[in-house]
Amino acid sequence: MNETQLRNLVPAVIGVLVRRGADFASAEDAVQEALLKALESWPGDPPRDPMGWLVTVAWRKFLDARRAESSRTAREFAVDSAAVTGPAYGMDDSLWLYFLCAHPSLSPGSAVALTLRAVGGLTTRQIARAHLVPEATMAQRISRAKRTVADVPLDRPGSLETVLRVLYLVFNEGYGGDIELAVEAIRLTRQLASLSDDPEVAGLLALMLLHHSRRASRTDVSGRLVPLAEQDRTRWDTALIAEGVGVLRAALERDRLGQYQAQAAIAALHADAASAAETDWVQIVEWYDELLAIADSPVVRLNRAVALGEAEGPLVGLAELDRLDARLPRHTAARAHLVEAAGDLASAARWYAEAADLATSVPERDHLIRQAARLRQESAGRATRKQE
Amino acid sequence: MAKYLMLKHYRGAPAAPNDVPMDQWTPDELAAHLKYMDDFAERLEQSGEFVSGQALSPQGVWVRAGGEGEPPVVDGPFAETKDLIAGWMIIDVDSYDRAVELAGELSDAPGAGGKPIREWLELRPFLDDSADLTE
Repeated sequence: MNETQLRNLVPAVIGVLVRRGADFASAEDAVQEALLKALESWPGDPPRDPMGWLVTVAWRKFLDARRAESSRTAREFAVDSAAVTGPAYGMDDSLWLYFLCAHPSLSPGSAVALTLRAVGGLTTRQIARAHLVPEATMAQRISRAKRTVADVPLDRPGSLETVLRVLYLVFNEGYGGDIELAVEAIRLTRQLASLSDDPEVAGLLALMLLHHSRRASRTDVSGRLVPLAEQDRTRWDTALIAEGVGVLRAALERDRLGQYQAQAAIAALHADAASAAETDWVQIVEWYDELLAIADSPVVRLNRAVALGEAEGPLVGLAELDRLDARLPRHTAARAHLVEAAGDLASAARWYAEAADLATSVPERDHLIRQAARLRQESAGRATRKQE
Repeated sequence: MAKYLMLKHYRGAPAAPNDVPMDQWTPDELAAHLKYMDDFAERLEQSGEFVSGQALSPQGVWVRAGGEGEPPVVDGPFAETKDLIAGWMIIDVDSYDRAVELAGELSDAPGAGGKPIREWLELRPFLDDSADLTE
């Protein structure tokens, strides 16, 4: 049993403890302790029944904590653990956990942390390292999140919408440490898709798979960002694309379109193009229109303007861009791109330089600065050739 | 979540409303100030938003490469420098608004006369390493 298989068991173990009467916060703590013990002792001495081992150790940890808390409570809570046979290890417990950990009462950051620990089975240290914060800070963030959801009634744990948003956030948070959050997000969304037949769950899974298929080509050997149009498409993971397209197709057949399905459809159209030039931008614009009808947002409008620029020409895209708030993230970068496509290299260089100042991530800033440098050189070259 | 740097300046920030140099404070005022700073950091750790914090000595120097075969050139301490950083705190928060709220709280630390200093803090967003799904 590897670490991922071990982590897969965590939500079910929490579920068992909660069904035996433990409160969620204490159950989750006890399971985390059992998990740490398993990570330490299983490699040398793997148990025959991993699930049973985890339940036994976690339950013991839970009772120990109860006793330590107060001997009075311990007497009141006289549970003969040998006599307790928990209900069947149910999948519904896991689904309930997804909802609880992404409860609308939590801030997005807290929901992400709690989901990674209780549903994802990651250790506090792994989550802290992935987010580049001290372990003590992450431990507090998780405890607070647990206190926040402590009084959530078992039958009303939250909404699927926030669950999907949290998983989407996890997928997009690629930071440090030994855990690749995008891979974790896919694992958790895949698991969720086996518990829920909502087409939007499938839509999100398809979106993640399709994006992840381009992972190898998204950066070059020196770690620099490679834009979609310039990616080496032979390096796209065709197995992931096939799976993503299959999942998406099945979801779309249900005829209950949502924003994740629409986004996945756009990603699928990119995946379908043998070269950047063969991209079906007209259809992509149509999907952006669908997306706007479902979930109108300035960011979607910005992306639609860029797609429109590809479908109908850069001037059409620029005209659309002018209608949007220039303070939107990436507005300037989109302008630079369209101005370049319209052939005004000197202006595009200036827009790229300005966009670099507004970038929010290092790879993005470096990419935009390189674009500015390239265009400055090209436009200077053009000017020289004209003079000759 | 997004990380922000809150920078405190010895020199270079606009003048604070309660702009009395620290060496003119009473010991009790100093103690109250330091306690406020400690409590603030402690609260941030409890809220799961603290990343790091550190005070800096004003005794710094400028250093640059001296060229091939030469030792680095050292200039300073910076008596003339207009901008002198006194310390920083890094926070990891859910929003820009929350970062502003916390910077405001930190700036409210008590100074001379036990009154809030309300010094200007520099608030700077981190560039992160995240990739985005947008294409």
